Amino acid sequence: MADQSVATPEKKKEGLFSKKNMKVLTNPFSENNPITFQVLGICSALAVTVQMRTALVMALAVTAVVASSNVIISMMRKQIPSKIRIIVELAVIATLVILVDQILKAYLFDISKQLSVFVGLIITNCIIMGRAEAFALQNPPWPSFLDGIGNGLGYGWILMAVATVREILGSGSFLGFRVIPESFYSAGYENMGLMLLAPGAFIILGLLIWIQRTITKTVHE
Amino acid sequence: MLEHYLSLFVKSVFVENILLAFFLGMCSFLAVSKKVETSVGLGMAVIFVMTITTPANWFIHEYLLKDGALAWLSASFATVDLSFLGFITYIAVIAAMVQLVEMILDRYSPKLYSALGIFLPLIAVNCAILGASLFMVERNYNFGESVVFGLGSGIGWALAIVAMAAIRHKLRYSNIPAGLRGLGITMLMTGLMSMAFMIFSGIQL
Repeated sequence: MADQSVATPEKKKEGLFSKKNMKVLTNPFSENNPITFQVLGICSALAVTVQMRTALVMALAVTAVVASSNVIISMMRKQIPSKIRIIVELAVIATLVILVDQILKAYLFDISKQLSVFVGLIITNCIIMGRAEAFALQNPPWPSFLDGIGNGLGYGWILMAVATVREILGSGSFLGFRVIPESFYSAGYENMGLMLLAPGAFIILGLLIWIQRTITKTVHE
Repeated sequence: MLEHYLSLFVKSVFVENILLAFFLGMCSFLAVSKKVETSVGLGMAVIFVMTITTPANWFIHEYLLKDGALAWLSASFATVDLSFLGFITYIAVIAAMVQLVEMILDRYSPKLYSALGIFLPLIAVNCAILGASLFMVERNYNFGESVVFGLGSGIGWALAIVAMAAIRHKLRYSNIPAGLRGLGITMLMTGLMSMAFMIFSGIQL
Protein backbone atom coordinates (compact mmCIF):
# COMPACT_ATOMS: atom_id res chain seq x y z
CA MET A 1 0.00 0.00 0.00
CA ALA A 2 2.58 2.48 -1.08
CA ASP A 3 0.68 5.68 -1.18
CA GLN A 4 2.16 9.10 -1.28
CA SER A 5 -1.04 11.08 -1.28
CA VAL A 6 -1.59 11.19 2.47
CA ALA A 7 -2.78 14.73 2.90
CA THR A 8 -1.91 16.95 5.82
CA PRO A 9 -4.86 18.19 7.86
CA GLU A 10 -6.07 21.46 6.39
CA LYS A 11 -7.44 24.30 8.45
CA LYS A 12 -8.66 26.62 5.76
CA LYS A 13 -11.83 25.90 3.88
CA GLU A 14 -11.31 24.67 0.38
CA GLY A 15 -13.64 24.31 -2.60
CA LEU A 16 -15.27 21.03 -3.47
CA PHE A 17 -13.33 20.73 -6.69
CA SER A 18 -10.13 22.43 -5.64
CA LYS A 19 -6.90 21.47 -7.34
CA LYS A 20 -5.90 19.16 -4.55
CA ASN A 21 -9.20 17.31 -4.64
CA MET A 22 -9.03 16.91 -8.39
CA LYS A 23 -5.56 15.48 -8.01
CA VAL A 24 -6.93 12.95 -5.53
CA LEU A 25 -9.55 12.02 -8.10
CA THR A 26 -7.35 11.72 -11.16
CA ASN A 27 -4.13 10.37 -9.68
CA PRO A 28 -5.34 6.75 -9.61
CA PHE A 29 -6.06 6.78 -13.37
CA SER A 30 -2.45 6.62 -14.40
CA GLU A 31 0.48 7.37 -12.14
CA ASN A 32 -0.99 5.79 -9.03
CA ASN A 33 -3.24 3.20 -10.61
CA PRO A 34 -4.43 0.63 -8.06
CA ILE A 35 -3.73 -2.34 -10.32
CA THR A 36 -0.62 -1.49 -12.26
CA PHE A 37 1.17 0.56 -9.59
CA GLN A 38 -0.12 -0.28 -6.17
CA VAL A 39 -0.50 -3.95 -7.22
CA LEU A 40 -3.85 -4.31 -5.52
CA GLY A 41 -7.00 -6.10 -6.54
CA ILE A 42 -5.49 -8.24 -9.25
CA CYS A 43 -7.61 -11.32 -8.47
CA SER A 44 -10.92 -10.07 -9.69
CA ALA A 45 -9.30 -8.04 -12.44
CA LEU A 46 -8.43 -11.28 -14.17
CA ALA A 47 -11.35 -13.52 -13.37
CA VAL A 48 -14.18 -11.34 -14.66
CA THR A 49 -12.56 -10.10 -17.85
CA VAL A 50 -13.51 -12.90 -20.22
CA GLN A 51 -16.43 -10.75 -21.32
CA MET A 52 -16.92 -7.01 -21.48
CA ARG A 53 -20.35 -7.18 -19.81
CA THR A 54 -19.14 -8.85 -16.64
CA ALA A 55 -16.12 -6.57 -16.50
CA LEU A 56 -18.36 -3.51 -16.76
CA VAL A 57 -20.68 -4.66 -13.99
CA MET A 58 -17.75 -5.61 -11.80
CA ALA A 59 -16.09 -2.22 -12.31
CA LEU A 60 -19.29 -0.41 -11.35
CA ALA A 61 -19.81 -2.63 -8.31
CA VAL A 62 -16.27 -2.07 -7.08
CA THR A 63 -16.48 1.69 -7.65
CA ALA A 64 -19.73 1.86 -5.68
CA VAL A 65 -18.33 -0.19 -2.82
CA VAL A 66 -14.97 1.58 -2.58
CA ALA A 67 -16.56 5.05 -2.72
CA SER A 68 -19.19 4.34 -0.08
CA SER A 69 -16.86 2.39 2.19
CA ASN A 70 -14.37 5.26 2.01
CA VAL A 71 -17.07 7.75 3.00
CA ILE A 72 -18.41 5.63 5.87
CA ILE A 73 -14.99 4.78 7.27
CA SER A 74 -13.85 8.35 6.92
CA MET A 75 -16.88 9.55 8.87
CA MET A 76 -16.12 7.05 11.63
CA ARG A 77 -12.37 7.58 11.58
CA LYS A 78 -12.27 9.44 14.90
CA GLN A 79 -14.35 6.79 16.67
CA ILE A 80 -12.61 3.62 15.44
CA PRO A 81 -10.02 2.37 17.95
CA SER A 82 -6.89 1.63 15.99
CA LYS A 83 -6.49 -1.87 17.43
CA ILE A 84 -9.70 -3.22 16.01
CA ARG A 85 -9.84 -1.08 12.89
CA ILE A 86 -9.36 -3.99 10.48
CA ILE A 87 -12.41 -5.86 11.71
CA VAL A 88 -14.50 -2.66 11.69
CA GLU A 89 -13.43 -1.97 8.11
CA LEU A 90 -14.23 -5.53 7.12
CA ALA A 91 -17.68 -5.29 8.68
CA VAL A 92 -18.43 -2.06 6.78
CA ILE A 93 -17.15 -3.47 3.50
CA ALA A 94 -18.92 -6.82 3.90
CA THR A 95 -22.23 -5.06 4.57
CA LEU A 96 -21.86 -2.95 1.44
CA VAL A 97 -20.94 -5.99 -0.62
CA ILE A 98 -24.01 -7.86 0.63
CA LEU A 99 -26.10 -4.89 -0.57
CA VAL A 100 -24.44 -4.95 -4.00
CA ASP A 101 -24.88 -8.71 -4.22
CA GLN A 102 -28.59 -8.51 -3.39
CA ILE A 103 -29.10 -5.71 -5.92
CA LEU A 104 -27.31 -7.68 -8.63
CA LYS A 105 -29.33 -10.79 -7.84
CA ALA A 106 -32.55 -8.80 -8.05
CA TYR A 107 -31.91 -6.84 -11.25
CA LEU A 108 -29.09 -8.53 -13.17
CA PHE A 109 -29.52 -12.17 -12.30
CA ASP A 110 -27.70 -13.61 -15.34
CA ILE A 111 -24.61 -11.52 -14.78
CA SER A 112 -24.70 -12.20 -11.07
CA LYS A 113 -24.65 -15.94 -11.87
CA GLN A 114 -21.70 -15.47 -14.23
CA LEU A 115 -19.75 -13.48 -11.67
CA SER A 116 -20.47 -16.29 -9.17
CA VAL A 117 -18.16 -16.03 -6.18
CA PHE A 118 -16.40 -12.94 -7.44
CA VAL A 119 -19.08 -10.57 -6.16
CA GLY A 120 -18.46 -11.89 -2.67
CA LEU A 121 -14.76 -11.58 -3.22
CA ILE A 122 -15.10 -7.80 -3.56
CA ILE A 123 -14.85 -7.94 0.25
CA THR A 124 -11.31 -9.15 0.04
CA ASN A 125 -10.42 -6.95 -2.91
CA CYS A 126 -7.31 -5.31 -1.55
CA ILE A 127 -8.12 -2.00 -3.24
CA ILE A 128 -11.03 -1.35 -0.91
CA MET A 129 -9.19 -2.33 2.23
CA GLY A 130 -6.07 -0.55 1.04
CA ARG A 131 -7.86 2.73 0.36
CA ALA A 132 -9.65 2.56 3.70
CA GLU A 133 -6.33 2.05 5.49
CA ALA A 134 -4.23 4.45 3.47
CA PHE A 135 -6.66 7.25 2.77
CA ALA A 136 -10.05 7.20 4.48
CA LEU A 137 -8.60 6.83 7.97
CA GLN A 138 -6.72 10.11 7.63
CA ASN A 139 -8.98 12.26 5.50
CA PRO A 140 -12.43 13.86 5.69
CA PRO A 141 -15.37 12.27 3.85
CA TRP A 142 -15.40 14.37 0.66
CA PRO A 143 -11.78 13.76 -0.43
CA SER A 144 -12.22 10.14 0.62
CA PHE A 145 -15.24 9.90 -1.65
CA LEU A 146 -13.26 11.33 -4.57
CA ASP A 147 -10.40 9.00 -3.80
CA GLY A 148 -12.81 6.07 -3.82
CA ILE A 149 -14.34 7.09 -7.15
CA GLY A 150 -10.89 7.68 -8.62
CA ASN A 151 -9.56 4.32 -7.54
CA GLY A 152 -12.71 2.54 -8.62
CA LEU A 153 -12.47 4.06 -12.07
CA GLY A 154 -8.73 3.50 -12.26
CA TYR A 155 -9.42 -0.15 -11.51
CA GLY A 156 -12.33 -0.12 -13.95
CA TRP A 157 -10.42 1.08 -16.97
CA ILE A 158 -7.78 -1.61 -16.60
CA LEU A 159 -10.59 -4.15 -16.38
CA MET A 160 -12.15 -2.73 -19.54
CA ALA A 161 -8.85 -2.78 -21.38
CA VAL A 162 -8.15 -6.40 -20.50
CA ALA A 163 -11.74 -7.44 -21.22
CA THR A 164 -11.75 -5.71 -24.62
CA VAL A 165 -8.67 -7.59 -25.77
CA ARG A 166 -9.84 -10.89 -24.31
CA GLU A 167 -13.34 -10.74 -25.69
CA ILE A 168 -12.37 -9.60 -29.19
CA LEU A 169 -9.50 -12.06 -29.56
CA GLY A 170 -11.11 -14.87 -27.61
CA SER A 171 -14.70 -14.89 -28.82
CA GLY A 172 -14.66 -12.42 -31.71
CA SER A 173 -17.31 -10.25 -30.10
CA PHE A 174 -17.60 -7.05 -28.09
CA LEU A 175 -20.27 -6.59 -25.41
CA GLY A 176 -21.89 -9.69 -26.91
CA PHE A 177 -22.05 -8.29 -30.46
CA ARG A 178 -20.07 -10.02 -33.17
CA VAL A 179 -17.28 -7.74 -34.45
CA ILE A 180 -15.18 -10.14 -36.48
CA PRO A 181 -17.11 -10.63 -39.75
CA GLU A 182 -18.08 -14.10 -40.95
CA SER A 183 -15.89 -13.75 -44.01
CA PHE A 184 -12.83 -13.84 -41.76
CA TYR A 185 -13.87 -17.17 -40.32
CA SER A 186 -14.54 -18.65 -43.76
CA ALA A 187 -11.10 -17.41 -44.79
CA GLY A 188 -9.60 -19.53 -42.05
CA TYR A 189 -9.48 -17.15 -39.07
CA GLU A 190 -10.04 -18.78 -35.72
CA ASN A 191 -10.78 -17.43 -32.27
CA MET A 192 -7.90 -17.63 -29.87
CA GLY A 193 -9.08 -20.07 -27.25
CA LEU A 194 -6.15 -19.30 -24.99
CA MET A 195 -7.54 -15.81 -24.35
CA LEU A 196 -10.57 -17.27 -22.61
CA LEU A 197 -8.42 -19.28 -20.24
CA ALA A 198 -6.43 -18.15 -17.24
CA PRO A 199 -3.01 -17.81 -18.94
CA GLY A 200 -4.41 -15.36 -21.49
CA ALA A 201 -5.53 -13.05 -18.70
CA PHE A 202 -2.14 -13.10 -16.99
CA ILE A 203 -0.27 -12.42 -20.19
CA ILE A 204 -2.54 -9.57 -21.34
CA LEU A 205 -2.28 -7.87 -17.96
CA GLY A 206 1.49 -8.35 -17.95
CA LEU A 207 1.80 -6.70 -21.34
CA LEU A 208 -0.55 -3.89 -20.31
CA ILE A 209 1.60 -3.18 -17.27
CA TRP A 210 4.69 -3.18 -19.46
CA ILE A 211 3.16 -0.63 -21.83
CA GLN A 212 1.92 1.61 -19.07
CA ARG A 213 5.16 1.58 -17.14
CA THR A 214 7.14 2.28 -20.27
CA ILE A 215 4.97 5.31 -21.02
CA THR A 216 5.11 6.70 -17.48
CA LYS A 217 8.77 5.68 -17.13
CA THR A 218 8.43 4.14 -13.69
CA VAL A 219 11.01 1.54 -12.85
CA HIS A 220 10.47 -0.77 -9.92
CA GLU A 221 13.11 -2.83 -8.13
CA MET B 1 -15.25 -43.19 -1.42
CA LEU B 2 -11.56 -42.73 -0.87
CA GLU B 3 -11.03 -42.34 -4.59
CA HIS B 4 -13.59 -39.56 -4.68
CA TYR B 5 -11.70 -37.63 -2.00
CA LEU B 6 -8.37 -38.34 -3.65
CA SER B 7 -9.62 -37.07 -6.96
CA LEU B 8 -11.04 -33.93 -5.34
CA PHE B 9 -7.68 -33.39 -3.65
CA VAL B 10 -5.67 -33.71 -6.86
CA LYS B 11 -8.18 -31.52 -8.62
CA SER B 12 -7.93 -28.74 -6.08
CA VAL B 13 -4.12 -28.87 -5.92
CA PHE B 14 -3.30 -29.11 -9.63
CA VAL B 15 -6.15 -28.98 -12.12
CA GLU B 16 -8.20 -26.25 -10.51
CA ASN B 17 -5.37 -24.56 -8.68
CA ILE B 18 -7.04 -21.75 -6.82
CA LEU B 19 -4.35 -19.27 -7.84
CA LEU B 20 -3.52 -20.25 -11.39
CA ALA B 21 -7.01 -21.16 -12.58
CA PHE B 22 -9.22 -18.90 -10.45
CA PHE B 23 -6.82 -16.00 -9.86
CA LEU B 24 -7.46 -15.97 -6.13
CA GLY B 25 -4.89 -14.66 -3.70
CA MET B 26 -2.92 -12.76 -6.32
CA CYS B 27 -2.10 -9.75 -4.14
CA SER B 28 -0.07 -11.54 -1.52
CA PHE B 29 1.25 -13.91 -4.19
CA LEU B 30 2.80 -10.98 -6.05
CA ALA B 31 3.96 -9.16 -2.96
CA VAL B 32 5.55 -12.00 -0.99
CA SER B 33 7.02 -14.17 -3.72
CA LYS B 34 10.36 -12.33 -3.72
CA LYS B 35 12.07 -14.66 -1.26
CA VAL B 36 11.72 -18.41 -1.02
CA GLU B 37 11.82 -18.57 2.81
CA THR B 38 9.05 -16.03 3.35
CA SER B 39 6.88 -17.59 0.71
CA VAL B 40 7.27 -21.02 2.30
CA GLY B 41 6.18 -19.46 5.59
CA LEU B 42 3.20 -17.70 4.08
CA GLY B 43 2.29 -20.83 2.16
CA MET B 44 2.24 -22.83 5.40
CA ALA B 45 0.12 -20.20 7.11
CA VAL B 46 -2.36 -20.22 4.21
CA ILE B 47 -2.60 -24.04 4.21
CA PHE B 48 -3.26 -23.98 7.93
CA VAL B 49 -5.84 -21.19 7.90
CA MET B 50 -7.63 -22.58 4.86
CA THR B 51 -7.86 -26.13 6.23
CA ILE B 52 -9.50 -24.76 9.36
CA THR B 53 -11.74 -22.06 7.92
CA THR B 54 -13.33 -24.02 5.08
CA PRO B 55 -14.83 -26.72 7.36
CA ALA B 56 -15.63 -24.09 10.02
CA ASN B 57 -17.59 -22.11 7.48
CA TRP B 58 -19.20 -25.34 6.31
CA PHE B 59 -20.63 -25.85 9.79
CA ILE B 60 -21.89 -22.29 9.91
CA HIS B 61 -23.46 -22.54 6.50
CA GLU B 62 -25.00 -25.95 7.16
CA TYR B 63 -26.42 -25.32 10.64
CA LEU B 64 -27.07 -21.58 10.74
CA LEU B 65 -27.33 -19.85 7.39
CA LYS B 66 -28.67 -22.25 4.79
CA ASP B 67 -32.31 -22.10 3.75
CA GLY B 68 -34.13 -23.97 6.50
CA ALA B 69 -30.92 -24.67 8.38
CA LEU B 70 -32.32 -23.43 11.66
CA ALA B 71 -34.91 -26.21 11.73
CA TRP B 72 -32.90 -28.00 14.43
CA LEU B 73 -33.61 -25.08 16.75
CA SER B 74 -37.38 -25.19 16.51
CA ALA B 75 -39.90 -25.96 13.83
CA SER B 76 -40.93 -22.32 13.57
CA PHE B 77 -37.46 -21.42 12.24
CA ALA B 78 -37.65 -23.94 9.41
CA THR B 79 -38.48 -21.29 6.84
CA VAL B 80 -35.74 -18.86 7.81
CA ASP B 81 -33.13 -18.26 5.11
CA LEU B 82 -30.12 -16.37 6.39
CA SER B 83 -27.84 -17.11 3.47
CA PHE B 84 -27.58 -13.39 2.64
CA LEU B 85 -25.55 -13.02 5.82
CA GLY B 86 -22.98 -15.44 4.41
CA PHE B 87 -20.28 -13.00 3.35
CA ILE B 88 -20.07 -11.13 6.62
CA THR B 89 -20.07 -14.32 8.71
CA TYR B 90 -17.41 -16.08 6.68
CA ILE B 91 -15.11 -13.10 6.77
CA ALA B 92 -15.57 -12.81 10.54
CA VAL B 93 -14.66 -16.48 11.01
CA ILE B 94 -11.61 -16.02 8.81
CA ALA B 95 -10.49 -12.89 10.65
CA ALA B 96 -10.81 -14.68 13.99
CA MET B 97 -8.82 -17.69 12.73
CA VAL B 98 -6.08 -15.45 11.38
CA GLN B 99 -5.84 -13.76 14.76
CA LEU B 100 -5.43 -17.20 16.33
CA VAL B 101 -2.69 -18.23 13.90
CA GLU B 102 -0.95 -14.95 14.56
CA MET B 103 -0.89 -15.55 18.30
CA ILE B 104 0.31 -19.15 17.90
CA LEU B 105 3.12 -18.12 15.55
CA ASP B 106 4.14 -15.24 17.80
CA ARG B 107 4.47 -17.68 20.69
CA TYR B 108 6.15 -20.64 18.99
CA SER B 109 7.95 -19.26 15.97
CA PRO B 110 8.84 -15.58 16.46
CA LYS B 111 11.28 -15.73 13.55
CA LEU B 112 8.60 -16.72 11.08
CA TYR B 113 6.26 -14.24 12.74
CA SER B 114 8.58 -11.33 12.11
CA ALA B 115 9.45 -12.57 8.62
CA LEU B 116 5.79 -12.62 7.62
CA GLY B 117 5.26 -9.21 9.19
CA ILE B 118 2.34 -7.33 7.71
CA PHE B 119 1.33 -10.22 5.47
CA LEU B 120 0.04 -12.39 8.29
CA PRO B 121 -2.86 -10.08 9.21
CA LEU B 122 -3.39 -9.60 5.49
CA ILE B 123 -4.21 -13.31 5.14
CA ALA B 124 -7.59 -12.23 6.47
CA VAL B 125 -8.13 -10.36 3.23
CA ASN B 126 -6.45 -13.00 1.09
CA CYS B 127 -9.09 -13.69 -1.53
CA ALA B 128 -8.04 -17.34 -1.72
CA ILE B 129 -9.26 -18.04 1.79
CA LEU B 130 -12.67 -16.43 1.37
CA GLY B 131 -12.81 -17.82 -2.16
CA ALA B 132 -12.36 -21.37 -0.90
CA SER B 133 -15.27 -20.90 1.51
CA LEU B 134 -17.48 -19.40 -1.19
CA PHE B 135 -16.66 -22.18 -3.66
CA MET B 136 -17.43 -24.70 -0.94
CA VAL B 137 -20.89 -23.17 -0.53
CA GLU B 138 -21.50 -22.77 -4.25
CA ARG B 139 -20.54 -26.36 -5.04
CA ASN B 140 -22.50 -27.85 -2.13
CA TYR B 141 -19.63 -29.84 -0.67
CA ASN B 142 -20.28 -32.07 2.31
CA PHE B 143 -18.12 -31.96 5.43
CA GLY B 144 -15.46 -34.42 4.25
CA GLU B 145 -15.21 -32.72 0.88
CA SER B 146 -14.86 -29.31 2.46
CA VAL B 147 -11.90 -30.48 4.55
CA VAL B 148 -10.20 -32.05 1.53
CA PHE B 149 -10.98 -29.04 -0.64
CA GLY B 150 -9.64 -26.59 1.95
CA LEU B 151 -6.43 -28.56 2.41
CA GLY B 152 -5.97 -29.13 -1.32
CA SER B 153 -6.53 -25.50 -2.26
CA GLY B 154 -4.14 -24.39 0.46
CA ILE B 155 -1.44 -26.76 -0.77
CA GLY B 156 -2.05 -25.68 -4.36
CA TRP B 157 -1.66 -22.04 -3.42
CA ALA B 158 1.49 -22.72 -1.39
CA LEU B 159 2.94 -24.74 -4.26
CA ALA B 160 2.37 -21.91 -6.71
CA ILE B 161 3.89 -19.21 -4.50
CA VAL B 162 6.98 -21.27 -3.65
CA ALA B 163 7.54 -22.11 -7.30
CA MET B 164 7.16 -18.45 -8.23
CA ALA B 165 9.58 -17.37 -5.50
CA ALA B 166 12.15 -19.82 -6.83
CA ILE B 167 11.76 -18.48 -10.36
CA ARG B 168 12.01 -14.87 -9.22
CA HIS B 169 15.15 -15.74 -7.29
CA LYS B 170 16.78 -16.95 -10.49
CA LEU B 171 15.42 -14.01 -12.41
CA ARG B 172 17.47 -11.58 -10.37
CA TYR B 173 20.42 -12.09 -12.70
CA SER B 174 18.58 -11.60 -15.97
CA ASN B 175 18.44 -8.46 -18.01
CA ILE B 176 14.79 -7.47 -18.29
CA PRO B 177 13.51 -4.39 -20.16
CA ALA B 178 13.02 -1.54 -17.67
CA GLY B 179 9.23 -1.24 -17.89
CA LEU B 180 8.74 -4.97 -17.55
CA ARG B 181 10.69 -5.32 -14.33
CA GLY B 182 8.83 -6.31 -11.19
CA LEU B 183 5.13 -6.71 -11.71
CA GLY B 184 5.10 -7.04 -15.49
CA ILE B 185 7.47 -9.98 -15.80
CA THR B 186 5.86 -11.66 -12.80
CA MET B 187 2.48 -11.56 -14.52
CA LEU B 188 3.93 -13.01 -17.71
CA MET B 189 5.60 -15.80 -15.75
CA THR B 190 2.42 -16.54 -13.85
CA GLY B 191 0.75 -16.87 -17.25
CA LEU B 192 3.33 -19.43 -18.33
CA MET B 193 3.02 -21.29 -15.03
CA SER B 194 -0.72 -21.38 -15.35
CA MET B 195 -0.33 -22.76 -18.88
CA ALA B 196 1.94 -25.45 -17.49
CA PHE B 197 -0.62 -26.37 -14.83
CA MET B 198 -3.25 -26.73 -17.53
CA ILE B 199 -1.65 -29.98 -18.69
CA PHE B 200 -3.11 -31.59 -15.59
CA SER B 201 -6.61 -30.87 -16.80
CA GLY B 202 -6.88 -34.10 -18.78
CA ILE B 203 -6.16 -36.28 -15.77
CA GLN B 204 -9.06 -38.42 -14.61
CA LEU B 205 -8.79 -40.29 -11.34
